Amino acid sequence: MATSASSKLSKAVKQQYMELPQGGKVQAMYIWIDGTGEGLRCKTRTLDCEPKTIEDLPEWNFDGSSTYQSEGSNSDMYLVPAVMFRDPFRKDPNKLVLCEVLKYNHKPAETNLRASCKQIMGMVEQHHPWFGMEQEYTILGTDGHPFGWPSNGFPGPQGPYYCGVGADKAYGRDIVESHYRACLYAGVEICGTNAEVMPAQWEFQVGTCEGINMGDHLWMARFILHRVCEDFGVVVSFDPKPISGNWNGAGCHTNFSTKEMREAEGLKVIEESIERLAKRHMYHIRAYDPKGGLDNARRLTGHHETSNIDEFSAGVANRGASIRIPRTVGQEKRGYFEDRRPSANCDPYIVTEALVRTCLLKEEDDEPTDYNK
Amino acid sequence: MATSASASLSKTIKQQYMELPQGDKVQAMYIWVDGTGEGLRCKTRTLDFEPKSIEDLPEWNFDGSSTYQAEGSNSDMYLIPAAMFRDPFRKDPNKLILCEVQKYNRKPAETNLRITCNKVMEMVRDQHPWFGMEQEYTILGTDGHPFGWPSNGFPGPQGPYYCGVGADKAYGRDIVEAHYRACLYAGVNICGTNAEVMPAQWEFQVGPCEGIDMGDHLWVARFILHRVCEDFGVVASFDPKPIPGNWNGAGCHTNFSTKEMREDGGLKAIEESIEKLGKRHEYHIRAYDPKGGLDNARRLTGHHETSNIHEFSAGVANRGASIRIPRSVGQEKRGYFEDRRPSANCDPYGVTEALIRTCLLSEEGEEPTDY
Repeated sequence: MATSASSKLSKAVKQQYMELPQGGKVQAMYIWIDGTGEGLRCKTRTLDCEPKTIEDLPEWNFDGSSTYQSEGSNSDMYLVPAVMFRDPFRKDPNKLVLCEVLKYNHKPAETNLRASCKQIMGMVEQHHPWFGMEQEYTILGTDGHPFGWPSNGFPGPQGPYYCGVGADKAYGRDIVESHYRACLYAGVEICGTNAEVMPAQWEFQVGTCEGINMGDHLWMARFILHRVCEDFGVVVSFDPKPISGNWNGAGCHTNFSTKEMREAEGLKVIEESIERLAKRHMYHIRAYDPKGGLDNARRLTGHHETSNIDEFSAGVANRGASIRIPRTVGQEKRGYFEDRRPSANCDPYIVTEALVRTCLLKEEDDEPTDYNK
Repeated sequence: MATSASASLSKTIKQQYMELPQGDKVQAMYIWVDGTGEGLRCKTRTLDFEPKSIEDLPEWNFDGSSTYQAEGSNSDMYLIPAAMFRDPFRKDPNKLILCEVQKYNRKPAETNLRITCNKVMEMVRDQHPWFGMEQEYTILGTDGHPFGWPSNGFPGPQGPYYCGVGADKAYGRDIVEAHYRACLYAGVNICGTNAEVMPAQWEFQVGPCEGIDMGDHLWVARFILHRVCEDFGVVASFDPKPIPGNWNGAGCHTNFSTKEMREDGGLKAIEESIEKLGKRHEYHIRAYDPKGGLDNARRLTGHHETSNIHEFSAGVANRGASIRIPRSVGQEKRGYFEDRRPSANCDPYGVTEALIRTCLLSEEGEEPTDY
């Protein structure tokens, strides 16, 4: 069983310590995205009183040369608190604080995609853009093999696992249940979970979130998942194609709507948006994983309920298309649409930003418009 | 020991997370029968309120191409909430919601047998049909071998295991005990349990349930059993003949009565029903497992307290017959009768509907009447 050494440490002993009262002191765990654009880092500081809003939290800094973000000779980087959540691991009054990263010169770090997303969302507030993202992931043992799979082989082929129940169908439900509760406690907008097509693969959904909240809540949900898996001694992978061959990949299907799309006859606006997306396929593919499309190329093959990475397509109730319009939306002539292209390891800030740029700001070029000029 | 990897994960850790308060959010787990007609699937959504009745629950949908129910190009299927229970795994205020499945065109899915069962039950409401179903099942390790059996062999022959006690007689009682409590908490009408003739085989009984409730309660009891076994790292099998040879199969004996049968002189109504059943044996055999009789053919041999699949028979206190009239019923001249033919993996909606059609709606012939 490839679970970590840490998971064998006594949780009863840990519990005794965690029950110690902490007086008026509060622990605030600052969380940020590192230089890979997919990894998360965290460190904690003590505060003398419970922060009530994000403005109560001081700026901080860290050593960027240890997180693939700067050179050793000039490595200080700034942590700017952006969003605060309750801490499901240390519990009240302690906090989890999602931060933006600034370089030494106070410009956004390369992988700080929140700064630009916030600016873009600020430009389209009156459209009330809503998002829901379906985060797929795979549970691995510390040996890198999917959790519950026979150590030197494979389970039976896909078919019985999707939404399955039973020890021969569902691998690792404890993690899913714990993550769900932890997110609810923290205040993350988790709206559902299900077992996925490949055994040891699961999905949770975050939303409905407006604007910048989508990226904030999804990154926090991912951090909580890493932390929960760490407690159980297993690993979560957001790799889009963890096992090659006849095994499903992992995506982050993104559902999107505006006030106009949600109102009567909104389907017309949805179809206009899809036309714009069709003309800008490569720009979106570059935005939809942290390697400009290279990661997704292993996943978007046209098989296993994906579209082919080289072609754009759209259709009602069609899970093999780039964009799927849910059947109910086709019938009611209003609602939302689902972009099935984003990879599981995408950055939700740039995914949501790209959708807004193309559909609402009506950009057409290969490169995003710089609105600062 | 062939238990799952998941079973070795720390339950202390899990417990700590499950104790976190959830504010006013409620988790509703939607459950449905997949394309095999025997498999169950589930997924969860968050609600902002605690549903008080089934009408509070919204419709949902799922990808039928991943459950043997649709093609990928047109795969949306609808989930229609049908019956709500308390959730014994996540506890109050969270819920388990048993659902009906509809295809993209709003017609019932092929394995949605609840819809016609409900219609038929409505037609005979005033006769107050009661059912009790005796669900047998076998506990297997994740290697597919019965739980507790020697890994490359067999236990001693059948004899000491039925209702047995002791580590050499009862294999896996923890699962049975946990399942019983979970069903009671959930509001499932579980009325009893016993160890069965084959070691690692057990039985629970659900009922008496009136009309559509029988199918609803039995499906949820099965879901709860799968989920309990998953927690323990073992597998529940409803296969009707898991081990060939001199080992018992697993059935789902179905007890049935109407108001008339339960009243004085009701034995006459019972005997009339049995006559009707005697003329429609093949139709019932087709309804009593998910493969039109193929699964039951491995079980109904005429041995191991079963009747032969090709012959219909009935008798008082006769466990080798298709229909058994309990001795006390024979004596009091009223009560109920037991149809011993249904397979452990039958669909209770199909079984209870067939009994109503033949006995109460007096249908004859090979096909059910389309009303």
